Amino acid sequence: MSLARRWPLPLALLLSAAACQDKGTQSPAASGGGGAASGGAVIGAALSLTGPAASYGAQQRAGIHAAVDDVNQAGGVKLNVMIEDDASTKEQGITVFQKFINRDKVSAIIGPTLSNTASAADPLAQQAKVPVLAVSNTAATGITDIGNYIWRDSLMEAQVIPGAFKKAKEKLGFKTAGVLYGNDDVFTKAGYDVMQKALADEGVKVAGTQTFAKPDRDYNAQLTALIAAKPDVLVVSALADNAASIVSQARQRGWTGPILGGNGFNSPAFIKNAGAAAEGVMVGTSWNSLSQDPANQKFLAAMKKAGVNPDQFSAQAYTGVIILAEAIRQSGGKTGREDIEAGLGKVKDLATPLGKFSFTANRDAQHEPSVQQVKDGKFQIVQ
Amino acid sequence: MGQQVLNGIFLGSIYALFAVGYTLVFGVLDILNLAHAAVFTLSAFIALALVDAGLSLWLALPAAVVAAGFIGILLERIAFRPLRGRADSNISGLISSLAMATVFEAIALQIFGPDISRFPPDTFPDRVIRIGGATASLLQVCIVGISVVLMAVLTLLLARTRLGRQIRAVAESPRAARILGVDVNRAIAVAFFISSALGGAAGVLFGLAFNSISPDVGRSVELKGLAVIILGGMGSVPGAVAAGFLLGLIEVFTVAHLGSSFRDAVSFAVLFLVLIARPRGLFGQSAAREA
Repeated sequence: MSLARRWPLPLALLLSAAACQDKGTQSPAASGGGGAASGGAVIGAALSLTGPAASYGAQQRAGIHAAVDDVNQAGGVKLNVMIEDDASTKEQGITVFQKFINRDKVSAIIGPTLSNTASAADPLAQQAKVPVLAVSNTAATGITDIGNYIWRDSLMEAQVIPGAFKKAKEKLGFKTAGVLYGNDDVFTKAGYDVMQKALADEGVKVAGTQTFAKPDRDYNAQLTALIAAKPDVLVVSALADNAASIVSQARQRGWTGPILGGNGFNSPAFIKNAGAAAEGVMVGTSWNSLSQDPANQKFLAAMKKAGVNPDQFSAQAYTGVIILAEAIRQSGGKTGREDIEAGLGKVKDLATPLGKFSFTANRDAQHEPSVQQVKDGKFQIVQ
Repeated sequence: MGQQVLNGIFLGSIYALFAVGYTLVFGVLDILNLAHAAVFTLSAFIALALVDAGLSLWLALPAAVVAAGFIGILLERIAFRPLRGRADSNISGLISSLAMATVFEAIALQIFGPDISRFPPDTFPDRVIRIGGATASLLQVCIVGISVVLMAVLTLLLARTRLGRQIRAVAESPRAARILGVDVNRAIAVAFFISSALGGAAGVLFGLAFNSISPDVGRSVELKGLAVIILGGMGSVPGAVAAGFLLGLIEVFTVAHLGSSFRDAVSFAVLFLVLIARPRGLFGQSAAREA
């Protein structure tokens, strides 16, 4: 008896299910007039458009589109960026990188959104000698130390959090902290490591530590245990979606004290989803939304035109495209992989929405961080 | 301590409500309906869409539950009925329900997008109730209340009504039930309606409780639901209720005292140990009954 005769219905259903699912990826973003792709540099962007990091991916896509339009309109360098969804997973990230490197033959790659994905996908690019510019990876290790083709324009937690905690302690004067972090993700775990050190440096005693996993939705058990330890402040390292639920549930559990967040909180989605519970939450940030620099004003105008609420992630993604355009300019307009790699090394004091931007000797980002706090449903820079 | 017990009862009530529907279909058909978690998800989304459209939650909740029931009937028609009577219908039904789960998830993805959706902030009055030294929100109390009432209604329905007798007769032996004049197809369809309605209710309550609904939200209860019905005894409704609360409590205390990494490890270790001592689960019937 043939397989098809015995299993017609289940097979048909499975096949149609597979067909339904195969819509995750985006067609190439034909920025700057589509057909004129022939002359421009082809850049691949691996962004988390679905999965737990989807709220960042959407912001990054908006930032990239805006920057490509700005660069192509300014003339000189021409860019053609294709965006693919890494689904917030290592596996899909690897698939997308392979496609960019082997099939699309891109000159450089932007992304992927999560440090977790980058730690798995970046080695492929390093091996193929394709320059990668990370625009949101903030883990201290496992990104730029993969090799000399991996660069990033996002400040590490270690560069942002110590300053943010110091300022928060000056304002709030806390002595003990309850810590909650995601222990199944490179980024949130790295954030926790930095927070722990920053708290120790500031002489803050840790009253209790709890963990969660990315797919979790119920944090009542952890929060109940932390609140029972009566800390002065809650410190949370989480991605935006988890962060919103954690903050809401903490308020429901009766927590009225301050909450300090990691980089994952830096998203309008966090405030939107947490609502009133988000008020007073403090976060270190690498983007000063109030900066009057012309580069930042230009970015804000572009985002306003696109109808997107700007945030750190869109600013960093926008900056990523500006940096690649500068690298091409530095290498005399040549768009080969080696040309861009060489050009990236020459980027110095570039005017970007993040401020004057340079790379460190380790190809990490170097610029001034800030601190912001949620007030009246908006992030406001703490002066 | 008291607060953690409350947290556990609260979580357990949702697990139990999800699992009673799951176990009901297994009891009747001896088939695992792997699309149960997808119905859970769809129902949460339907309630969300209705609330977003301006309906009060007290109308949206029953509407979504009834809609979930009809999705259950649809599911039975598409994925199970055409296969019934075949020698291998247990396995092929399992596979086709898995396919339907994927289809449902894809539908949710197309309509609502991959992001996490949430109920508007004022959907439910934000009130805190003190019970001894612990606090619970009004929402949590209502969720436990609604779950317990629904499970009690199901138990009464199965034990006391003509419909319940028919469903139990089909569970015992479809052929004997047919000889006795029971409309087997109808009884199975009704069982699916009830099962999916309960799963849907669990979905809406879960969505309200943690205010975080995404197309993959069903996965957070899928495996736990399976553990609950195995622990309770496959096909046993009171077993699913007891096991649901038990696993909810175990999970909360594991997270609070051992860390979240051990959440599933401890739950499944308990499952493993119980199955060694009682291979048919806590409330499982003895094999002799099937003879």
